[in-house]
Amino acid sequence: MIESQPLIEFQGAHRRFGAQQVLRDVSFTIHRGESVAIIGESGCGKSVTLKLMIGLMAPSEGAVLLDGRAHASRSEKELTTERLRFGYVFQQAALFDSLSIADNVAFGLRQNTRLAEAEIALIVRERLREVGLPESVCALKPAELSGGMRKRVGLARALALAPEIMLYDEPTTGLDPIMSDVINELILQIRERRPITSIVVTHDMITVGRTVDRVIMLYPLARLAPDEPQIIFDGTPAEAFNAADPRVYQFVHGQAGERLLELAMK
Amino acid sequence: MATADNTADRPLLIRQLGAVALSAIRESGEMSLFAFDMLIWLVTRRWRRSVLVACLYQIGVESIPVVLTTGAFIGMVMAVQSYDQLRYMHLETNLGAVINISLVKELGPVLAATMLAGRVGCAMAAELGTMKITEQIDALRVLGANPMQYLVVPRFIACVTMVPILTVLADAAGVTGGWFFSTQVCGVDSHHYWQHTEDYINWFDLLGGIVKSVFFGGATALVACQRGFACRAGAEGVGQAATQAFVYGFVAILAIDFFLGILLNAMYPLVGLMSTGLN
Repeated sequence: MIESQPLIEFQGAHRRFGAQQVLRDVSFTIHRGESVAIIGESGCGKSVTLKLMIGLMAPSEGAVLLDGRAHASRSEKELTTERLRFGYVFQQAALFDSLSIADNVAFGLRQNTRLAEAEIALIVRERLREVGLPESVCALKPAELSGGMRKRVGLARALALAPEIMLYDEPTTGLDPIMSDVINELILQIRERRPITSIVVTHDMITVGRTVDRVIMLYPLARLAPDEPQIIFDGTPAEAFNAADPRVYQFVHGQAGERLLELAMK
Repeated sequence: MATADNTADRPLLIRQLGAVALSAIRESGEMSLFAFDMLIWLVTRRWRRSVLVACLYQIGVESIPVVLTTGAFIGMVMAVQSYDQLRYMHLETNLGAVINISLVKELGPVLAATMLAGRVGCAMAAELGTMKITEQIDALRVLGANPMQYLVVPRFIACVTMVPILTVLADAAGVTGGWFFSTQVCGVDSHHYWQHTEDYINWFDLLGGIVKSVFFGGATALVACQRGFACRAGAEGVGQAATQAFVYGFVAILAIDFFLGILLNAMYPLVGLMSTGLN
């Protein structure tokens, strides 16, 4: 059931880093309960979009709204509180190197709640079990885990505070196909167990096909004319796989197309 | 209209000097804002005790061997360099005063702080830089922690409290090293060695060195943390942050030493009546 008030709204958002523009006049809405994939080539601004959503970055122009209120109108304290509504799975997991796995998962609970240590330990074990990790990993440091295990710990850490919005930044990048499937299955299970809104940034089309019901495709500004919109597709995964726009079709089917001609011309 | 062309026409040296000046002003501004932000968090929020204890251990306890070794060698080198000069003037019993006053007023605090800028400052910049480029600092913010409160404030407190203690240890090691070489190797009379030390050094000299070291510790922490937070992507970025933490930290130590030296010298006559001397 989708409500009329968007949960997240981008209103003509631009983002520049010095002279380099990454996002230009990006507008879209995400409603509560939706599961959305943001796809596009490397460097098109997918991860930046995610960071704007959670308020880790501010747009250079335009606005990003959460529940109808712009991030820019909130104080840092309010923004910190709002961020706790999100669970963020980072591209490289971003686990704290100096802390054990248990302390990583417990970090948000210790920081934001007054729960007793016994209760925190219980939640940590539950979350690790949920992502298929044994209790024996609790005492290990992140460096002692494989890439897939680190991703799953990142997922457990993001779930510890029972967020209502999950942001996944390239959750399967760098993982083998089996582990990618495990992560995709976990994303699905999380959605089934909780009333959660999911936004997945990815260029893995298997993830798109399995885990989301809406796809937004961003295109790199370097390849667009000044008056062309940066969002070149917004629809269902099935529509994306059968898109008439060759840029969308080639991307979702992994076809280089005219890029090979560009290489040949160089 | 032709601003860009005019800029391009200017001699290369002037353009480069301008770029260096602009960069220095920008970085000074960034450092000032960073320090101001850190001070706000320092006085308005509770300190993270678990992180602070780890920082105190890492910065303080783990630095003791290197500081003691450096201090002892400085004392002995001072003895080696000064003994012959003083012997020609038949003033070798003044060796204690020369070595010890140099140590407690200047060499002990500056060299202890320099060692720590190298050992601790570089490590802090590299650690925070790595945390930045691997998105661990973003992860802190996502999990409701402020990176300034969680990462910078404990390191600042640890440096401000530990560097003076390490300076006292460096002073003690230097005094012992200088005494050992002067009396046991050069044959200076131990009684006269200490007698001249007592005659020339007062508590204000010792206190001045410790006061300086508080500022050195603060500057080392601020520079290292700011460089870590400003780290650019990749291994090269982390390496650069660590190098800059040492170079900028060292320059800051020398600049603070210069200005505090002038201030303390100006205060010396004012507290002269209060200083009791070591005897």
